[in-house]
Amino acid sequence: MSIAVDLAIVWAFIIAFAVFVYVVMDGFDLGLGILFPLFPEKRDRDVIMNSVAPVWDGNETWLVLGGGGLMAAFPLAYAILMPALYTPMIAMLLGLVFRGVAFEFRWRTTKARNRWDIAFFGGSLIATLAQGIALGAILQGVHVEGRHYAGGWWDWLTPFTILTGVSLVIGYSLLGATWLVMKTEGELRDRAYHLSWIFLLAMLGAIGAVSMATPFLHVQYTQRWFAWPNILLTTQVPAAVAAITVLLLRSLAKKYDYQPFFLALALFALSYAGLGISMYPYIVPQSITIWQAAAPENAQLFMLFGVAGLIPLILAYTAWAYWVFRGKVKPESGYH
Amino acid sequence: MFEGWDAVVLARAQFAFTMSFHIIFPAFSIGLASYLAVLEALWLWTGREVFINLFNYWLKIFAVAFGMGVVSGIVMSYQFGTNWSAFSDKVGPVIGPLMAYEVLTAFFLEAGFLGVMLFGLKRVGPRLHFLATLMVAIGTLISAFWILSANSWMQTPTGHTVNADGQFIAADWLKVIFNPSFPYRLVHMVLAAYLTTALVVGAVGAWHLLRDRHLAGARVMFSMAMWMATLVAPIQIIAGDQHGLNTLEHQPVKIMAMEGHFQSHQHGAPLILFGLPNQEAGRVDYAIEVPKLGSVILKHSPDAPMAGLDTVPRENWPPVPITFWSFRIMVGMGLLMLALGLFSLLMRVQGKLYDSRLLHMFAVAMAPAGFIAVLAGWITTEVGRQPYTVYGLLRTVDSASPLAAPAVASSLVAFIIVYFIVFAAGVIYLLRLMAAPPHPGEEGPPKEAPIRTAGITPASQGAAS
Repeated sequence: MSIAVDLAIVWAFIIAFAVFVYVVMDGFDLGLGILFPLFPEKRDRDVIMNSVAPVWDGNETWLVLGGGGLMAAFPLAYAILMPALYTPMIAMLLGLVFRGVAFEFRWRTTKARNRWDIAFFGGSLIATLAQGIALGAILQGVHVEGRHYAGGWWDWLTPFTILTGVSLVIGYSLLGATWLVMKTEGELRDRAYHLSWIFLLAMLGAIGAVSMATPFLHVQYTQRWFAWPNILLTTQVPAAVAAITVLLLRSLAKKYDYQPFFLALALFALSYAGLGISMYPYIVPQSITIWQAAAPENAQLFMLFGVAGLIPLILAYTAWAYWVFRGKVKPESGYH
Repeated sequence: MFEGWDAVVLARAQFAFTMSFHIIFPAFSIGLASYLAVLEALWLWTGREVFINLFNYWLKIFAVAFGMGVVSGIVMSYQFGTNWSAFSDKVGPVIGPLMAYEVLTAFFLEAGFLGVMLFGLKRVGPRLHFLATLMVAIGTLISAFWILSANSWMQTPTGHTVNADGQFIAADWLKVIFNPSFPYRLVHMVLAAYLTTALVVGAVGAWHLLRDRHLAGARVMFSMAMWMATLVAPIQIIAGDQHGLNTLEHQPVKIMAMEGHFQSHQHGAPLILFGLPNQEAGRVDYAIEVPKLGSVILKHSPDAPMAGLDTVPRENWPPVPITFWSFRIMVGMGLLMLALGLFSLLMRVQGKLYDSRLLHMFAVAMAPAGFIAVLAGWITTEVGRQPYTVYGLLRTVDSASPLAAPAVASSLVAFIIVYFIVFAAGVIYLLRLMAAPPHPGEEGPPKEAPIRTAGITPASQGAAS
């Protein structure tokens, strides 16, 4: 029995890791799409697109691992959450369809390029909103009876989920802007700095608002964060957020290349840790724990071999792909 | 709106629709990835420029097709949860790990090396670039391995037990992965992917030969594709026959539906060539049949008795007309491919491979044949295993999500609209790329140009030059 308990926790961390790597990798990628209307020049858009074209497909594969891994390791959670999040999930998938094909399609047409640019923006925005809404909906909990979701298909829609949806749009925009700071030059980079300032301030507001609202969703969240002695640990999170913010403001003021992006990721990591503190040990908050949802031991063990052996390898060759395409992306004069 | 509809029927329609769109792209990109690896290997080996030109020509097409495969594939990986949550809860512990292994061993491999394959030739040099192409090609095959293993387990489940919550649990993973129908299905599907690609490559080559029969690139691709059709079409027919015998052993009811065998035959079953299966009445109207040939094909003996659907309770019948007709369409396409392969061999032997306009027109007409055969074959095997999702153990009606019909109907409509917009545009772009003749000095995907000059360190500048 003890090994089963351990495996459920191990798998909770693996799924959390996959989802976080997804946020790290596809966050800036979606953010670039959201920022697209702010860069109307074709020349800038080509650079923005090229900065991510060689890696976007790998980025989205982490989303498939998150979903597939959830089904394999916690099938009950997958079976309850997916119907509960039906509308945002479908919206996210359709958004990803539009933005994914835009990477290739916009190079294949001159007449309709603008339409695929709009698709890239709209798809990125909808996918991000949907992900944020889904996150909020999971946090606020869903109606479960037995082994089934028992609510309606619009239950997820509350002011709180709208808040989390908008917050994620802001957060991904910050990642996108700081990514551009790192990957571009000249006037494009200057504007990316400017946007980084704006979205950083907005993101701090969003983190504050979500942090304020979350404890009111369930009394358990309040106790988790404010009860003694938890508060000794949980107060570290806002303290760390404050510290990272100071560093991030400084790196923006000094116009560093790499620091803003990685510090923005650190802000995401802290917010994500806060989320984990609120949710643990539930995988469907307040209804299903990770142990209740866990797949049988032999399924989790069978996959653990694969994960232990393959994830390091995947990270290695993914890093190699990023390394191959490292450095600033320049527009080539006379191209197209 | 949609209140009176059956949510399960709508969910099935959604799965069939999104899957039909999705399956087209992997079927093409599995074959095309291997073809690209062969072209690049030939270029590295012989140094002939025509091979790198062809490589770049097909690489642009691959990039578009692969992108569409990726986005339609993400939809599939979440649809198990959104529309088939009861299935996911019960079957997730068995097929979930198989799909997780597909992601870990195949999707990451493809995605990780795709960027280098598409845009990295000048950055990493030909040898590392060839490695990237090879990894993408191998990734597509590994992907086929896992997803067909999962699908085959649902068709012929073995190596599992059931726990107190009604969940399937693997008792023996090797038996789950290498379940009885898996080897046959894997061979049949991979060959189908290779044939599908060969027919598209052959049609594009033929199209350009009809305009200029001296065009070097068109000659090379046409010849390569026709060798593929000549050699693989007969092998595929044998593989299909073996797969059919395997199905007869493990899913005899599916064979009854494919053959239109409503009645049992004690002294040899006929082969019904055509007819109108009448599910209500339980007979095939206007049947044109060859006596005893059914038993000859399936049992290798003219008088072998064969049971019909009359031995099966009606509630376990698959929809016979769909299974019956999709099977005939698939077989018809296969026979046409065989004819194309033999015809091209005849022309080749006579030295008229690049001159026979009739052959070239035939090859152009056969461009969609592989896709039609793949779709028809998939419909045959999936409709033929109804009314089950896990054959004989879990019924389709017990697999669906607890969703109201309006939810499923709305998402179905959304998928139909979006897919028609997106994939119609994609097909137009693909056809446009194929309509341009391959020429010397062919460029790769367009993003190569701006990315090539990028780099902030002297080292990356050196690698770029």
